[in-house]
Amino acid sequence: MTADPYLADLSGAVVHDETVPARGPWLHHIKAGETLRIVDLEGNQAVDFLLYSEADDAERYSAQDTVSAQGNLFLREGTVLRSNEGNPMMTIAGTSVAYHDTIGGACSCESNTLRYGHHTKAQHACVENFLNANLTEGRTKRDIVSNINFFMNVPVEADGSLGIVDGISAPGLTVDLKAEMDVIVVVSNCPQINNPCNGFNPSPVRMIVTA
Amino acid sequence: MTQTLENPLAARDHARSMEGTVVESMPVLPPVADDLPAGISPSDLVWEETIAAGGYATRRLARGARLRLIDLKGDACASLLIFNAEMPSERLNVADTVKVQWNAYLEKGRLLLSDMGRVLMSLVEDEAETHDCFCGVSNAKLSAAKYGKGQEPAPYFSNGRDRFLNGVAKHGLGPRDVHPCVNLFKGVRVEDDGVITPLTGPFDAGRSVILRAEMDVIVVIANCPHVMDPREEWSCTPLRATAWRGPITPEDDAVRNATPEGRRAFLNVEDYFRR
Repeated sequence: MTADPYLADLSGAVVHDETVPARGPWLHHIKAGETLRIVDLEGNQAVDFLLYSEADDAERYSAQDTVSAQGNLFLREGTVLRSNEGNPMMTIAGTSVAYHDTIGGACSCESNTLRYGHHTKAQHACVENFLNANLTEGRTKRDIVSNINFFMNVPVEADGSLGIVDGISAPGLTVDLKAEMDVIVVVSNCPQINNPCNGFNPSPVRMIVTA
Repeated sequence: MTQTLENPLAARDHARSMEGTVVESMPVLPPVADDLPAGISPSDLVWEETIAAGGYATRRLARGARLRLIDLKGDACASLLIFNAEMPSERLNVADTVKVQWNAYLEKGRLLLSDMGRVLMSLVEDEAETHDCFCGVSNAKLSAAKYGKGQEPAPYFSNGRDRFLNGVAKHGLGPRDVHPCVNLFKGVRVEDDGVITPLTGPFDAGRSVILRAEMDVIVVIANCPHVMDPREEWSCTPLRATAWRGPITPEDDAVRNATPEGRRAFLNVEDYFRR
């Protein structure tokens, strides 16, 4: 039997284990106290991530509440992911990446026309994944807000320059998220092929939930 | 007062006697402003209102309109939501605003982009240069914890989120429509390690910005202390809003042509209005 390195150090029982293919959406309900481990299987993959309260999905992840509560743009181990009402939704319990991004947002067909040109309009985009996944539970465009980009590096230079920088992702890196309330996790395994966030080559990620 | 309570006509007379009262924070109807920029006709004024400290205002503005905000006393914070007026599911996207323009800071010439790849408003004049795309607004719990209860009827509950909820509700919108905002007049600097240094003043009185509506928009403006304001006291001063009609941005406009990304955002607006 081959030991699975991504399961070996988990303390709880595995209640869900799924690989999300490159470019795919993922939606899962996670109960308070459970932990989600995201594994960047091949490295250089951006995992666009939204959260909703299961009890009332009008309460959802707020990048701005999270950033202002900790006085820092980067999401690190110990960061509490906060809702638009200021409540803790999940905590980054551990991560093998120094920090993650929450200011770069998600790619969309529309924003791609601005960044790369109108020839990219037909390409798949994270907002399409967010819409497709959320529609299965009745949520629409109004429910999409600024998201987290796990494994993505978006530093801000002194003059405000901001762009996606490579350099902190590698195959097998992980982030562990402990649910502080019952949440709905909506993920777009980013299909972007016009910038370095996926090394120009989207790859699968693995989602492991433990209780 | 007894007579007022017993006599409906006295109540009427008392109410009517208030006509003409002028206070610091109020709308002026019809709008009057004696400090319009040169070349702007008073007949093109569409909005003149001073928004109270802790208050909010909301307005529909036509494509081409200019919205001037003045931090009258140096301690206002204009937290701003923007919607496409005819399709409010399209709204300000702060992430796209910073990402597409490759810059974290708002300044003259920057665009406020929607989540549909279009420019909702442009920042065409900026005397302030201390703005914030990252921190959002305070909420009732934070505000109560920071400023304390026992200040009744102190404004500890006058927080940006509750003001936004009131503002969007006046257009039939709800909590799902309150999106990440920008804060004008109160700024931040981001350090290398991600630490946010708030730049909350107070600043010199009278700093102003002018925004140009590039689409028919609804703006919702809350004027409450910045969420990262380090001061212990709830501190905010009135914010003046003036708007006037203006021409739709021409093809040779400098802001429109400043960057290829911005030019495409304007092309997308012009495509939307191609009817």
